[in-house]
Amino acid sequence: MIATDSKVLLSLRGVKAFYGNIAALKGVDLDIREGEIAALIGSNGAGKSTLMMTIFGDPRAREGVISFDGRDITSMPTHAIARLGLAQSPEGRRIFPRMTVFENLQIGAAIGDPRYFDASLERVYAIFPRLKERSGQSGGALSGGEQQMLAIARALMNRPRLLMLDEPSLGLAPLVVKQIFEAIADLNRREGLTVFLVEQNAYHALKLADRAYVMVNGLITLSGPGRDLLAMPEIRAAYLEGGR
Amino acid sequence: MEIFLQQLINGVTLGSIYGLIAIGYTMVFGIIGMVNFAHGDIFMLSTFIALILFLALTQILGVSSVALSFVLAMVAAMALTSLWSYMLERLAYRRLRKSFRLAPLISAIGASIFLSNLVYVLQGPRNRPAPSLFDAVIKVTHGGGYDVTLSAKQILIVLVTALLLAAFWVVVQKTPLGRAQRACAQDMRMAALLGIDVDRTISFTFVIGGALAAVAGVLYILYYGVVNSGDGFIPGVKAFTAAVLGGIGSLPGAVVGGLLIGLIETFWAAYISSDYKDVAAFSILAATLVFMPSGLFGRPDVEKV
Repeated sequence: MIATDSKVLLSLRGVKAFYGNIAALKGVDLDIREGEIAALIGSNGAGKSTLMMTIFGDPRAREGVISFDGRDITSMPTHAIARLGLAQSPEGRRIFPRMTVFENLQIGAAIGDPRYFDASLERVYAIFPRLKERSGQSGGALSGGEQQMLAIARALMNRPRLLMLDEPSLGLAPLVVKQIFEAIADLNRREGLTVFLVEQNAYHALKLADRAYVMVNGLITLSGPGRDLLAMPEIRAAYLEGGR
Repeated sequence: MEIFLQQLINGVTLGSIYGLIAIGYTMVFGIIGMVNFAHGDIFMLSTFIALILFLALTQILGVSSVALSFVLAMVAAMALTSLWSYMLERLAYRRLRKSFRLAPLISAIGASIFLSNLVYVLQGPRNRPAPSLFDAVIKVTHGGGYDVTLSAKQILIVLVTALLLAAFWVVVQKTPLGRAQRACAQDMRMAALLGIDVDRTISFTFVIGGALAAVAGVLYILYYGVVNSGDGFIPGVKAFTAAVLGGIGSLPGAVVGGLLIGLIETFWAAYISSDYKDVAAFSILAATLVFMPSGLFGRPDVEKV
């Protein structure tokens, strides 16, 4: 489905990040190409979410280079990075609890062209019809699954070039997980949206991913096409134990 | 009954002024979690700016329309006070935002002392009188040898406050800037991830708070007729009390709290002791903090994740 030689959209070289004096990322190299679904798997505390946030400059990479579409974004302010066309549905979803679903989507489109607002809204409502039914409810009153849908929808409202999803399956019922992964695959297939996915739910992520990275202790230890990784015995043992 | 009615009118007037100041406290607290102790002095600054401009317009430039001069002075006071409020955040608070929690607070107290002393040096220690404007008085009712009156000033104060609050409400609820403001107050890091310039949004909060405090200052000097450089403190603390009573961080809370403090203070002065009227407000501050720390409209700190 993807040409492996398509343009590199996001690239990280030797990225190190720290919390205080504790190294969370110890020199990460990673490439995400235009139009592909990339997955990052790894156990709890490996540094996956830190990597997602470091790409957005929060925490800032202390060493290394992060570039997006050929542009060095390593020391850009977070909001300026978002304005280049990166969007994230972060760890813990971070829905604005005292805003309605509709307002959450409006704020998601804060930097988008207002002319496309209605079209963007229709698009996310088509993907997640549940959000349309709930549009007047406050974000804090949604169920976990609905909040996850809202977090993804909110990230889509700016029409990003790169959609970053941090554990979209966390704490959700299997049926909802399936629905969300189908939506992601669909966006990639139909619109060519580049997706960077962080998951503990390795089976789904690897099945979906054109390219996958395995992170252990702040370092990328393995990478390759998702299906190849899925077939590797050591991956199965480490991340798919008792897997579905 | 007549006294009660009269005090009700006076209390609502005073409460309007407190409410306008309280919004500045509550918005700033809501977004960056600090009490801007210099906010009361910002309010005081605007009374001086408005007074000087009004006198310049009518005495020196010879503008004959009092209403026009009043409006011009108020708008200019709003602009200049907002600018000051913006500079205050930029110079005294922004760099300390990521420091320990007490740092911006101490900086705010310093800024408060600086501003009241600056005005003291520039304008002298004495009370500055303002020309008496809009002196018409309506007799509402009469009974028991006592006239219940409603002055044009009081009507103006309540009207201007109501209008401004309505406009303010629309800005916060319906405009992109207001939405960004609320988003930052709820989750600053997430707002940044969505491309919202957090620093700019915080600046906007200080500008809005400054503008509302400026209007409060103009209405204050219109009502009381005198001001001096120390007058930022007491109204400032009372407005802060109003914000705490209403639930700090809550905008409707600030308005309701302001009205309540205004009413309590006036009734206390009328029925209990006018010498000790400040005690009423401060007792409420203490009681609220002890028994109801989240205030009337505040929310407890638990949120569904």
